[in-house]
Amino acid sequence: MSSIILQNIDKAYGKNAPVIENLNLEIKDKSFTVLLGPSGCGKSTILRMIAGLEAQTSGTILFDDEDMTNVPPENRDIAFVFQNYALYPTMTVRGNIEFGLKNRKIPKAEIAARVEEVCSLLDISEYLNRKPQNLSGGQRQRVALARAMVKKPDIFLMDEPLSNLDAKLRNQIRTDLIALHKRLNTTFVYVTHDQVEAMSMATDIVLLNKGKVMQMSSPAEMYKQPRNVFSAKFIGTPAMNVISSGKSNISVPQGCAYVGFRPENVMLEKKNNDDFCISCDVASTEMLGAETVIKALSGDEIIFMRAFTSACRPEGRQNFYVERANLCYFNEQEERIYE
Amino acid sequence: MSTKDLTAVRRGVGIRPKTSARSAINITKKVVTGFLYAIGIIFLLLVFLVPVYWMVLTAVESANQVVQNPPLFWVSAPQWDNFVKAFESIDFWHYTKNSLIVTFSVMILQFITVIPAAYAFARYRFKGKKILFSITLLTMMLPAQLTFLPVYLMFARLKLINNIMTLILPFGASGFGIFMLRQSFMQIPEEILEAARLDKASEFTIIRRIMLPMALPTIAMLALFTFITTWNDYYWPLVMTTTDEVQTLPVGITGLQNIEVGITQHYVMAGNILMILPVVIVFLIAQKQIIKAFTYTGEK
Repeated sequence: MSSIILQNIDKAYGKNAPVIENLNLEIKDKSFTVLLGPSGCGKSTILRMIAGLEAQTSGTILFDDEDMTNVPPENRDIAFVFQNYALYPTMTVRGNIEFGLKNRKIPKAEIAARVEEVCSLLDISEYLNRKPQNLSGGQRQRVALARAMVKKPDIFLMDEPLSNLDAKLRNQIRTDLIALHKRLNTTFVYVTHDQVEAMSMATDIVLLNKGKVMQMSSPAEMYKQPRNVFSAKFIGTPAMNVISSGKSNISVPQGCAYVGFRPENVMLEKKNNDDFCISCDVASTEMLGAETVIKALSGDEIIFMRAFTSACRPEGRQNFYVERANLCYFNEQEERIYE
Repeated sequence: MSTKDLTAVRRGVGIRPKTSARSAINITKKVVTGFLYAIGIIFLLLVFLVPVYWMVLTAVESANQVVQNPPLFWVSAPQWDNFVKAFESIDFWHYTKNSLIVTFSVMILQFITVIPAAYAFARYRFKGKKILFSITLLTMMLPAQLTFLPVYLMFARLKLINNIMTLILPFGASGFGIFMLRQSFMQIPEEILEAARLDKASEFTIIRRIMLPMALPTIAMLALFTFITTWNDYYWPLVMTTTDEVQTLPVGITGLQNIEVGITQHYVMAGNILMILPVVIVFLIAQKQIIKAFTYTGEK
């Protein structure tokens, strides 16, 4: 039971310019919060500060109401899953999982019971006596998770734990993690640069760029209501089309500099009279099975369209239409403005 | 491989004659480079093995054969008695005991000093770290012949000359050991130590359960190096000791020169073989670990 509150956090390495400036963030109790952003945006640094592996330059970190600033990482009641797993190579799987409990002087019988419980949950009981180097990537990942879970922490911190796995395994463990979060009913904080991971697992997404929170909301809201051009362009495959509003055939709100719309909202036929319309040249068509992605050029701007049929094969010059309700408007500062 | 694949391979073989001219050139190329490699390796082997062979040969020759000109390259009737004579003419057990005491004391002392020093250099930030580490490296560059005089004078003042301590204390720390182990400690990923810290492991537990086991190949290699250099060291014991009582095997063996009037080289060589035998045995035992120490970085 822990919410995490970051207040006015600054972080700078040495005398360099700060990587994080005046960050305020509240991570809700029992949420699956994903810190999402491009590499170098400070998301890992934030996670490491929550863990206490790195000290903030200034500001306060609270777990519930308790100030954690001077609490060393081992006393914070957290578990950390590292990107490269960081398993102890000279110990067996059992040794790895037990290590934290032994250091906490937990009675032997309880250690055995807890190890058995997590191992059967994660399906790694048969590898208990193997060394990490004799395990596959997915198995190592599970051992790393087991080592974290066995401590029964209030907060799970995970730093890109799936990035070393192949695509198929990543999908599988993603599903497992969602189930695990439901089962354990604790706070998960998860760092990734992969928006698909964020969208699929999170209850809350914190989108970061250059050490600043760009948007914090549920995945659905993040997708439907981007608060700025950065959010709009970071989420979605392909991302939201954002084009300069000068090309618009319709009236836009005052101060609007950019118009955005999702590729799946693009239509080839006009539906209403006040539909947004842009004419462009089709550059390529990718048939992906259930959907078709069409790439088109309008001047020097690239526009994507997603059609959920394989029959859609436009060619040459085309008019793309978007319903007004599906448009987002952004001002010169790339912030969202509403009609 | 399925039958289909096999047929394909067979067909491939059938096609090959078309490119036979090229493959003939390739084969000649391979033969020539292989031949050059072999010559190089044989030359290196000769450089290293001839002195050893010469030692073994001399050790089983008779006095006349030793001085024969031109020298012999093969002995048909080896004089195994030379070993018995060498072993019995000096107090072999006594010198061996001294050598063992000195060698193992040096090894233990080095572990006590080298491990914490290497850990500190690898993992802590402190003032003067760079300078201290440079000084540590500098000690590797100084030959014993340069330092023996001041050390001798110091020990003389402490009345420690001709004491077994003079053979142990100066080698109780090793710049080379600190350097090697530091490198090995630094290769251990930071995340593993952070994970251990989050697992509530104390500094001591981290060293004992994680750092040392991971650096084991390097430690084995260091132990072997120390063993060989200390066991074989001739110069330092010769300078620092004056009586049989504290002398080690290499110095003791020189005594074989004087067991008879005239030619004694064959006895000395027999004694040398007896002396290096333990080193060879230790090397054979630790071989795997040593090779691992040099290739450890490749393992993940």
